[in-house]
Amino acid sequence: MAAIGGTRVNPKKFHKNQIPFYLYLIPIAAFMGLPILYIINHAFKPMDELFAFPPKFFVSHPSLINFQNLFQAAGTSSIPLSRYIFNSLLVTVAVVFLSVLISTMAAFALSKMHFKFKNTIFEINNLALMFVATAVTIPRYLTISSVGILDTYWAHILPQIAMPVCLFLIKQFVDGVPNSLIEAAQLEGAGSFKVYRKIILPLIKPAIATGAILVFQNVWNNIETSSLFTSSEGVRTLAFYMNTLSTAGTVQGQGMAAAAALIMFIPNLLLFVVMQSSVMNTMAHSGLK
Amino acid sequence: MITKRRTPYLFLLPYLVLFTVFIIIPTVMAIGLSFTNYNAVQTPQFVGLTNYINLLTQDTIFLQYVLPNTILFSLVVGPVGYMLAFFLAWSLSQLTKLPRTILALILYSPSMTLGVAMTVMWRVVFLGNQSGIANYVLTQLGVITEPIIWMFNTTYIMPIVIIVALWGSMGVGFLAMLAGLLDVNPELYEAAAIDGVRNRFQEVFYITIPSMKPQMLFGAVMSIVNAFQAGNIGVMLTGSNPTPQYAAQLMVNHIEDYGFTRYEMGYAAAVSVGLLALIYAFSHVARMLFAEKD
Repeated sequence: MAAIGGTRVNPKKFHKNQIPFYLYLIPIAAFMGLPILYIINHAFKPMDELFAFPPKFFVSHPSLINFQNLFQAAGTSSIPLSRYIFNSLLVTVAVVFLSVLISTMAAFALSKMHFKFKNTIFEINNLALMFVATAVTIPRYLTISSVGILDTYWAHILPQIAMPVCLFLIKQFVDGVPNSLIEAAQLEGAGSFKVYRKIILPLIKPAIATGAILVFQNVWNNIETSSLFTSSEGVRTLAFYMNTLSTAGTVQGQGMAAAAALIMFIPNLLLFVVMQSSVMNTMAHSGLK
Repeated sequence: MITKRRTPYLFLLPYLVLFTVFIIIPTVMAIGLSFTNYNAVQTPQFVGLTNYINLLTQDTIFLQYVLPNTILFSLVVGPVGYMLAFFLAWSLSQLTKLPRTILALILYSPSMTLGVAMTVMWRVVFLGNQSGIANYVLTQLGVITEPIIWMFNTTYIMPIVIIVALWGSMGVGFLAMLAGLLDVNPELYEAAAIDGVRNRFQEVFYITIPSMKPQMLFGAVMSIVNAFQAGNIGVMLTGSNPTPQYAAQLMVNHIEDYGFTRYEMGYAAAVSVGLLALIYAFSHVARMLFAEKD
């Protein structure tokens, strides 16, 4: 195989010429991974190890005390931790489902149908890839307040459903579905909704998984919808509660905050690990022209 | 191909409605409000370009701290973060599948924790007393004798914010570039080797980047957006807006400071428009670099 320096892209086997890459990739990965490893250890440290001087990186006697404190601390305030968890799950599941549903529908139309303004709409969506929600927080607040959904679950759900990146990635993937399949189905009398359900959706599963992950990360970690668009604790999310906790600043608070951070982080990680091959598959189609 | 007249709009409608209400309208409103005086209670008063003129001539905090901070921050986290993402993705593409997947996962994982979890981790690392990890390590190495109160020391706040932002910047764009790199037709490399491409540097510039321009552009746009979205890191780490002596004050924070603390919504909207224009300018440069010419 002709290749420069004995290595090539996506090699099948290990070769000694790959060693230089490992020499810097591993330290960089270690730097990137250390804070996460640290927080995992921190979350399981009992009180005396949290206080210990010199500070220790690894936990020696892991305990669940921080998690217990976390659940109890929440229990003594008016809203139990379970309520925040419930709110977060409800909001996240609703947004992920609705977002994937309407993005795949829109992607199907933009990719496989002919109509006026098709390219204009896609171009506007491409421009909106640059949309930074925090830049227009105030008009967003005004919009949400005039729609009349302030301080309800809808204030979390509705503003987060339309996500330009999600539509963009799915549309690029739908482009790869052969037109001949759709035409064959139409000859057999299938209508647009049937084509969408029976042909498009099954063939773009990787893109659906990717879209779902991106939306999940956005919504699950979001504290702005809670802090800006709601005022009663009862409808606020786990991310928001975790954030108030981490600002407490005591040593006991530190342990609890670490435990909380872990609870926030694990679902992100698990989802990504499970779906990473779908994600990479979708990203190969992510080109922006 | 489906050519019925109403069907496309039926499929598009739900997305378009939400997209318009929560993305287009707020953006248009920001532009409109930026020409007014608005305190969230009374009707907005049209004041022409006053807000923009004040922003560029009167607002000393903006001119002295916010603007230089924003430019420094976005130049480092945007282009440098982007080049780093490409370099790491390219390096990973030279490895076999299993180690590549594991390393990519580790590099990507910080970007999923941006937000709450991130704040917790870095606060503990940069704790302002002896038991903070950063202070402890530096003391052991003999670099410092007294613990540094990181989050109140204006010399360190900005560098820390930049490090944390870079740490979390290997996101969607990084994955897109990695996928793009793996997708380049291997025959191109072979042909290039025959045509006299001698080293990896030439290979990257003459073969790799030109064959994955669309992914490069997508990655660039994602880097830019990420850089501007990361603007909350300073506020989250120091726990206050404005950050101590405006050391890590960025445009995003300035908007919230004026909009939600002082209720000068018209003025805040003018800053928003400035920010959007800045993002657009950065993306335009990226487009000029990577757009497919046809």
